[in-house]
Amino acid sequence: MKISVYRYNPDVDAKPYQQEFDIEFKQGMMLRDALMEVKRQDESFTFRHSCGEGVCGSDGVNVNGQNCLACVTSVADLKEPIVVRPFPGRPVIRDLVVDMSQFYKQYREVQPYLVRKDPMPEVEILQSPEDRDKLDGLYECILCGCCSTSCPSFWWNPDKFLGPAALLQSWRFLADSRDQMTDERLDALEGPYKLFRCHTIMNCTEACPKGLNPTKAIGHIKQLMLKKAI
Amino acid sequence: MALAKRRFDTLILGAGGAGLRAALQLSNADARVAVVSKVFPTRSHTVAAQGGVNAALANVVPDNWHWHMFDTVKGSDYLGDQDAIEFMCREAPKIVYELEHFGVPFSRLDTGHIYQRAFGGQSQNFGGAQAARTCAAADRTGHAILHSLYQQNIRSKTHFFDEFFALDLITDDEGAVLGALVLEIETGEPLLIEAKTTLIASGGCGQLFRTTTNAHINTGDGMAMVLRAGVPLEDMEFFQFHPTGIAGKGMLITEGARGEGGYLINKDGERFMERYAPNAKDLASRDVVSRAISTEVREGRGCGPDGDHVMLRLDHLGSDIVAKRLPGIRDTCKTFLHIDPVDTPIPVFPTAHYVMGGIPTDRHGRVVMPARHGPEEVVSGLYAAGECACVSVHGGNRLGGNSLLDILVFGRAAGEDIIGFLKENPNHRPINESSVDKAMARLKRWDQKGEGESVKEVRDDLKKVMENHCGVFRVEDVMAEGVNELVKIRERMANVRLSDTSRVFNTARIEALELENLVDIGMATMKSALVRQESRGAHSRMDFTERDDKNWLKHTLYFLEDDRIDFKPVRTKPLSVDSFPPKARVY
Ligand SMILES: Cc1cc2nc3c(=O)[nH]c(=O)nc-3n(C[C@H](O)[C@H](O)[C@H](O)COP(=O)(O)OP(=O)(O)OC[C@H]3O[C@@H](n4cnc5c(N)ncnc54)[C@H](O)[C@@H]3O)c2cc1C
Ligand code: SF4
Ligand code: SF4
Ligand code: FES
Repeated sequence: MKISVYRYNPDVDAKPYQQEFDIEFKQGMMLRDALMEVKRQDESFTFRHSCGEGVCGSDGVNVNGQNCLACVTSVADLKEPIVVRPFPGRPVIRDLVVDMSQFYKQYREVQPYLVRKDPMPEVEILQSPEDRDKLDGLYECILCGCCSTSCPSFWWNPDKFLGPAALLQSWRFLADSRDQMTDERLDALEGPYKLFRCHTIMNCTEACPKGLNPTKAIGHIKQLMLKKAI
Repeated sequence: MALAKRRFDTLILGAGGAGLRAALQLSNADARVAVVSKVFPTRSHTVAAQGGVNAALANVVPDNWHWHMFDTVKGSDYLGDQDAIEFMCREAPKIVYELEHFGVPFSRLDTGHIYQRAFGGQSQNFGGAQAARTCAAADRTGHAILHSLYQQNIRSKTHFFDEFFALDLITDDEGAVLGALVLEIETGEPLLIEAKTTLIASGGCGQLFRTTTNAHINTGDGMAMVLRAGVPLEDMEFFQFHPTGIAGKGMLITEGARGEGGYLINKDGERFMERYAPNAKDLASRDVVSRAISTEVREGRGCGPDGDHVMLRLDHLGSDIVAKRLPGIRDTCKTFLHIDPVDTPIPVFPTAHYVMGGIPTDRHGRVVMPARHGPEEVVSGLYAAGECACVSVHGGNRLGGNSLLDILVFGRAAGEDIIGFLKENPNHRPINESSVDKAMARLKRWDQKGEGESVKEVRDDLKKVMENHCGVFRVEDVMAEGVNELVKIRERMANVRLSDTSRVFNTARIEALELENLVDIGMATMKSALVRQESRGAHSRMDFTERDDKNWLKHTLYFLEDDRIDFKPVRTKPLSVDSFPPKARVY
């Protein structure tokens, strides 16, 4: 089986190139297994990975034009030739490793933490199962970046538009019955860019390996803003 | 070029649950904290924890911390230190409520309280009916906790060094720890971080074994650093094999699956756990269930064409329970096995999972070792918490749901103790250049060019040796041979060369440094297992099948220098209640 991977090491390469490797296909092989096989052949090949089961969010890559997590992408489902590239639109550090600092900055910007103004009870804050259900499809985000790095608005305005992952987390706290910072959260999203640069192109939702739906979350925030405005 | 330096009050090596919980405590007390992690914090392996965290909240059935303590002591096969266990079980409810206040999206009961499920080894009333003590966020509890802790650290403005690899501790001639030398992975540049206190929270070492539930990054780095600093590791022979890893692949199927009502069957469709643990059945302690599965397979009752696994049935639970309580493992089964556990049993086999042993600490997270005045003298400025540490609350066998608790309780306790230490020791000690040089040499060694063996060859062999010589069942001569194999592997390490010595994001170099660490941890494990001539908890000897309290109710200590073994007594005296004396352990 042939797999073509993006290569660029600033120490030695003047410019990036694609390199083809021949690897043995094994039953049940995941793309991460294939990349590890490439690394066995050439230890200078570089990519991030860790858990191998889609929970740590390390190994987001672009394969055949689509962002995905390598460890939960079955090689059998990929059309040959398999072409693996780093996430689009991010500065490449080396091979498949990109600089995600802008992505993390956006995450920090939405104040992704629970804020209570009331004194804390000596036990848990009560939450009904129905209210808790509202967090399903939101809290599971693993910050892999597959969504934001496939979003055209993020590519063009990474410094102004917050991107789908951060906005999904913003909604995760807006939707939490325990959080008491709704107004401040919404105020911080005002303006033409932070939230409103989303043009509902849905790339993000298509790319999310955890089946989450940032587009919908963004829609909910917009609705809530509207409601607040009236 | 001069070595870059930074100075902090506290250096925390590791951004998993233990490191982040400690960091939060310290940041909120206005200490200057640096958290160093070789991966972005939310990629730490705490993220993979599924089933939940234990605390006697009594939200579902009656419960109290004392019953939790009893179960933990019994689960440990009486090797756990009872003062630390009492402390942990008493702290547990507070720790969980705090987590909830930090934002952890726990699943809920109809009353609005935190959902709790049954887990293995849990009982009411000191060995009575099954308890439900494990607080869960579906089957993604670790993810929920790790992300919430990271989020709170963002709020508290903790200083993070993401993708920095810790190479070695810096110590002075008196043995005090002054910080660490770390490597910025992106640039390949070393950085010296000076600190008045250093907390190691670097997680486990499951990469010792071929089939494991542990991530690629779980290579025991902090434990090996401590060994090189002359501090021993405690109870390394106690390595937990989780009963239900996906056969041949290793992904974990949480004990929560059995907690929700799942059960194991052999090739005859028999619920074989009824034979091994008539009361607790599938929810017996992990060591018991893992041995039962291994025995079924060895005696020819395994499933599949090769008879090399058993089956976990969830198909009677109904799709509602599976979708609501076990969505993560359902995804895992679909992705890696192409089956839906709602209608098809899951092939499982015991899989390397968790290291009970580690860096010896007291219940304040302070690292302790034998010295002039006794077996447990504090190493000045050094703390450890989390899976890398051995307090010891797990003794010979950890109960499911007690590790997340351990990392949080003792991460927090270490933070608290450090706050006190900083008050009494307001100044940095002078840095010790020779110790820095030694750490630098460790890095420079990998610049050697030329012909040699590759990292992957040695790593593959190491894992094979560990799996073949130090698995679920152990025997004297096989382990002795294992030690010889490890000696050879050590010798081979000198001839390993990297073909890639470039600077930027060199993961080949990182893997080489990790392998060095694993080799030392492997030796600690094998040597400790070889000396302990009894069966206790996860350590089962076919040549010494019984527990031997007369000779072996003691902790093992392994020192790197000359591969020396020493022992220290178990702390059988709790803080306030009566001791639980060793008893026969039946489930
Ligand atoms: C699949 C799975 C499921 C589990 N489920 C449960 C459960 O349901 N309940 C339960 O109680 N326990 C569970 N456990 C056990 C528990 O999750 C772990 O023991 C615990 O999370 C370990 O936390 P930690 O903070 O000690 O380490 P980790 O979370 O592993 O973090 C280690 C940190 O150290 C850093 N680090 C390591 N080496 C270096 C270095 N050289 N330089 C810089 N940084 C370094 C890493 O980057 C990371 O940030 C599970 C374990 C696994 C593997
Ligand atoms: S829906 Fe919005 S956030 Fe998602 S890809 Fe499109 S523009 Fe980006
Ligand atoms: S929303 Fe999905 S794709 Fe985006 S960061 Fe989170 S898990 Fe990844
Ligand atoms: S390796 Fe963790 S998500 Fe793929």
